[in-house]
Amino acid sequence: MAFPKENAPPGERPPRREGGPGGRKQYFRRRKVCKFCEEKIDVIDFKDVRLLSEFIAERGKILPRRLTGTCSTHQRALSEAIKRARNIALLPFAAGT
Amino acid sequence: MRNYEIIFIVRPDVADEDVQKLITQMESVVGSAGGKVEKVEKMGRRRLAYRVHKQREGFYVLFYVQGGGDTIREFERRLKVTDTVVKYLTVNTDEILQRAAKFKALRVKQEAKRRRSKPAPPPPAAPPLPAETAPA
Repeated sequence: MAFPKENAPPGERPPRREGGPGGRKQYFRRRKVCKFCEEKIDVIDFKDVRLLSEFIAERGKILPRRLTGTCSTHQRALSEAIKRARNIALLPFAAGT
Repeated sequence: MRNYEIIFIVRPDVADEDVQKLITQMESVVGSAGGKVEKVEKMGRRRLAYRVHKQREGFYVLFYVQGGGDTIREFERRLKVTDTVVKYLTVNTDEILQRAAKFKALRVKQEAKRRRSKPAPPPPAAPPLPAETAPA
């Protein structure tokens, strides 16, 4: 827990451990805190592309909670918002090729 | 009466006046169907995340509407028959706003509790709520 929690947005965390399951954890893991709780964002707006895009992977997938640290309540609201944004072509269903 | 957000995408090759004409037309649709337009927002021309009707761009228009199911039904029917509209989405915002209000109330309560339990180090003033996120 050497890093302060507000160090970097969830999109830019260090690479996870390599070598498949069972390997020793090589990286510090910063304490993950739900961004929406922390910043007191009550409404996750599906029109806020910039915010939502922090929580999708490069290919357009929704990032899991274990990577972003989002709490379950907000993860649910977030996935709803992302799906709405996809529906109206603000976010891709599948990005790239 | 419920609150809705209706967002729709107009083809990019439509002239601005025509978009404006469509908006006023849709406003009158809401009025005649017993609803009320709270706000209209032109979110402007944007790149679409994927191709819709062979278009890569679109002009986003956002309506905040108050009304019943009939209002929305008529509104969506009109959007469907309008050729220049490529996509639309209606969201009922009542639940979302309710939940937000609940969270806010909860937070105020917790804040008050914390202040009472340890008065010595006053908790840092809550940062101002981030302004309602409105994409450009």
